[in-house]
Amino acid sequence: MTEEINTPGYDIPPEMEGQVAITTLDKIYNWSRRNSIWPMMFGLACCGIEMICAATSRFDFSRFGMEVMRPSPRQSDLMIVSGTVTKKMIPQIVRLYNQMPEPKYVLAMGACASGGGPFKEGYSVVDGVDKFIPVDVYVTGCPPTPQALLHGLITLQKKIDKQSIKNVRWYSKDPVEPIPIPVLGPDLMDPREYALIKQYSTEKLVEDQQVPAVEEA
Amino acid sequence: MSEEVLVEEKTELEERFPEIGRDERKGYEGYIVPAEKLVEFATVLRDEFGYDFLSSVTAVDYLPEDWMEVVYHAYQTTGGPGLVYKVQVDRDDPVVPSLTPVFPGANLQEREAWDLMGIRFEDHPNLKRVLLWEGFDGHPLRKDWREAFYEGDGKPFKSRWPSGEVIRAEENNPFNKNVDYPGGFDPEQWTPAGETAVYAGVGRLDHAVSETALSTDQIVVNLGPQHPSTHGVFRMVVRLEGETVVDLEPVMGYLHRNHEKIGERNTFLMNIPFTDRLDYFNSMSNNFGYVLTVEKLMGVKPPERAEYIRVMMAELTRILNHMVAIGFLLNDLGAFFTPLLYAFEERELILDIFEAVSGSRMMCNYYRFAGVARDLPEGVFEQVKNLVLYRLPGKVNDLDTFLTDNEIIRARAIGIGVLTAEEAIAHSAVGPVLRASGVPYDVRRADPYGIYDRFDFDVAVRYHGDIYDRYLIRLDEMRQSIRILEQVIQDIPEGPIQEGKPQYQVRVPAGEAYGRVEGPKGELGFYVVSNGKPNPWRYHVRAPSFINLSALEVMCKNYKIADVVSILGSIDIVLGETDR
Amino acid sequence: MADMYGKGLLKGLGVTLKHFMNTYLEDIRWLSRGKRRYYTAEGIDSRKSFAATGIFTVQYPDEKLPVPEEFRFIPFLIYEVNEDGEKRDRCTSCGICAKVCPPQCIWIERTNDPDTGRPVPEPAEFFIDVDICMNCGLCAEYCPFDAIKMDHDYEISVYNRLEKNIFNKERLSRPVSYYASIRPTNYAREESARAEAEAAKAARKAARKKQ
Repeated sequence: MTEEINTPGYDIPPEMEGQVAITTLDKIYNWSRRNSIWPMMFGLACCGIEMICAATSRFDFSRFGMEVMRPSPRQSDLMIVSGTVTKKMIPQIVRLYNQMPEPKYVLAMGACASGGGPFKEGYSVVDGVDKFIPVDVYVTGCPPTPQALLHGLITLQKKIDKQSIKNVRWYSKDPVEPIPIPVLGPDLMDPREYALIKQYSTEKLVEDQQVPAVEEA
Repeated sequence: MSEEVLVEEKTELEERFPEIGRDERKGYEGYIVPAEKLVEFATVLRDEFGYDFLSSVTAVDYLPEDWMEVVYHAYQTTGGPGLVYKVQVDRDDPVVPSLTPVFPGANLQEREAWDLMGIRFEDHPNLKRVLLWEGFDGHPLRKDWREAFYEGDGKPFKSRWPSGEVIRAEENNPFNKNVDYPGGFDPEQWTPAGETAVYAGVGRLDHAVSETALSTDQIVVNLGPQHPSTHGVFRMVVRLEGETVVDLEPVMGYLHRNHEKIGERNTFLMNIPFTDRLDYFNSMSNNFGYVLTVEKLMGVKPPERAEYIRVMMAELTRILNHMVAIGFLLNDLGAFFTPLLYAFEERELILDIFEAVSGSRMMCNYYRFAGVARDLPEGVFEQVKNLVLYRLPGKVNDLDTFLTDNEIIRARAIGIGVLTAEEAIAHSAVGPVLRASGVPYDVRRADPYGIYDRFDFDVAVRYHGDIYDRYLIRLDEMRQSIRILEQVIQDIPEGPIQEGKPQYQVRVPAGEAYGRVEGPKGELGFYVVSNGKPNPWRYHVRAPSFINLSALEVMCKNYKIADVVSILGSIDIVLGETDR
Repeated sequence: MADMYGKGLLKGLGVTLKHFMNTYLEDIRWLSRGKRRYYTAEGIDSRKSFAATGIFTVQYPDEKLPVPEEFRFIPFLIYEVNEDGEKRDRCTSCGICAKVCPPQCIWIERTNDPDTGRPVPEPAEFFIDVDICMNCGLCAEYCPFDAIKMDHDYEISVYNRLEKNIFNKERLSRPVSYYASIRPTNYAREESARAEAEAAKAARKAARKKQ
């Protein structure tokens, strides 16, 4: 562990070896962050069970400092989107994401959360949670085994390792805007797309008015 | 009950109701009841003929014939085969009298039929959408309703082969998402009505002041859908007087994955892996129910060895489920995680077996029509034997010692969440919930399927109907499952595991079938209508978790808010099945 | 009912204490036998056997829980390598996998002979969208040529799904030797079945020649 941190690329004078450790701020910052990721206790579907499995004795992700699963978004660093995201659920997910304090990460667990999965063709399924919130790591599988999830979490740790305190978004001067919460209308509506929806519906109305006589027959 | 008696009884019924007719389509059974006679018919059937258990209510859209059908499956809690009756209604204005006043268990199912099929149930106390949200455009299970990513009425799709140019479905959509809007819709004029409708369900907020001597304001508390105690994305809206629950409404649909719509696009075989994802703890017993139903239609039976393997897997999954159910219940009671960790250890060992035979821990996809996917690989039988004979009995006893006498559990569980036998039957409760209320009804015994009639086991029953009994009954059932498994291990024959050659295109004759198994969570039913094509015309799942929730309100009323969480835990729901 | 209040609680705590002690007792037992309990295949085996007591954890990624032969994750395509090092796909692009796939995540492009325009039994392209794939294994089960099989590699998390998660033929292809290594029993069974079928075919041919 000390080796991991203590390799900033500077030579330590021989007389000080073993007494002094040199590291960069980034390294120690990232090391401490990645070993204390608190996931949100938030299971959506089948993958949620495998996520619980990853927390139980056989796989035990507390070995990675993740044992404190927080039911409250205010105390968590990582949202594991574990399962199918439905249109009825996405407003809540976006709201939870907005409530999480920075730095925050999102891991899409399984095919459903990544891209809709086998249920993608369904009428009330969101085809990928990344259509609404930014996702850091995608774990493939349906469902991913707990070991695959652990691999995904290690992949996330690697990503954290590459970040630098100088340019991470949560220290930048520009305020981070919350993501607008989708609205449940006749179908799911993203508030950012209202103009587009209106245009589409108007065009569709025109089309519908031209076609119906034929369809009726 | 012999066949003769059955025929006689049916004629008696026909004499009583001359208006009803037999369903004489090929492959169909039961009666067709005129809508105006429905309530009377159901009441008489319940009170005089003993069909007191309304198992399933669902609807079918017969688009070519231009009518819709509401299908009811009734059973006797004393056992025996069931009775089907149907009401045919006009597609353009489908109105059927509600059975909820007679069978409160029809409540959620009728709401589902309204939501997905658009059938209006007159006199239903709370007819609003249940799986989708208020304001959703259309009723998606109607055959002429198309989803945004519509590609064809049945799989396989033509675009996949031979010139399969890969394209993500969203790339064809102007929003790059799985959405579609009706023509002439203006989002800025839209006011979402969902939440108001949800809160209106728990009662009259306008005079929410109680009339007791010491008047307190009643408050409405919302639990979920993101709440650690709701076992997933379930939501409850509770009206409280102080700490006491006055009214409660379950809100669901947060995991509605369009199982039935997708199932009607799929071929019969393709549905097997989809059933895995219903009750994702027990994919084995979901598979069992589905293949049993389709086998009924096809008129085939698996060979001996496959039958034994099926029972073996179904019982292992029951043990697994009850272990985990007890673990989660204890979580809800405040024993945070320790019992659950013990339960998950055994679950892992059972999952190892599932993984070895089927290839996947949770999504087994192991049963096939007239057989199972593959024989037990080398060493697995030994693994099962060791686990069942030498480990699981001890672990069940451990759990017993660990929890049963615990004073805190007794204080939190005894006499809480009581459901009487009459209420349980009226609410169509099934599984451990029903049996803990003193009704010894188990499909394995009452209407045996597979080879369950060969095994010697007791139907576990307890009489108090409280949380504690629902906990104890799971221990009892695990012991009975071990008993069945011991017999399976002893008797399992060698031989083929598949009747005929495995085929990816099965021929299913036209007709309807309702198959049910005793899943770990209760009676799991599948209603399949085939019209002879490769895809089922209608595919409906009677989900025990979903229907057991209709009794939640009765169980929770007049108990404390803290008990609501543990009562929900004692029903043992799984959201994949509740919302489908 | 317990005669003394708290007796039930203590009994329960006893179970936990036993569980806790077992880990160390087992450690001592292993030590006394001079064996290593952690980071060895033998140790993992004992922790996943029915006799497992005490600690149950398998410390991924240092220890990995072995997957059974039938384990299935994302499908892969098998190619054979002949003596000249030339690769030949087993897949004949018959399309059964694409037809049987429940979520319809397989796309196959058939090769057409440039001269005659007739189909050649070899896929020009083969795609699997792993964001749709449900790992059900039906494609592998119904492939008549043993050309598509389910992989054991589950460590495939990515940062960007749009670029990485549609697997093409190149990404999906694996040599036969890989298949033989992950599923030895299945491989042996299929090979012997094939050898038998070929022998029968040859015998029939010989018989016909004689006539």
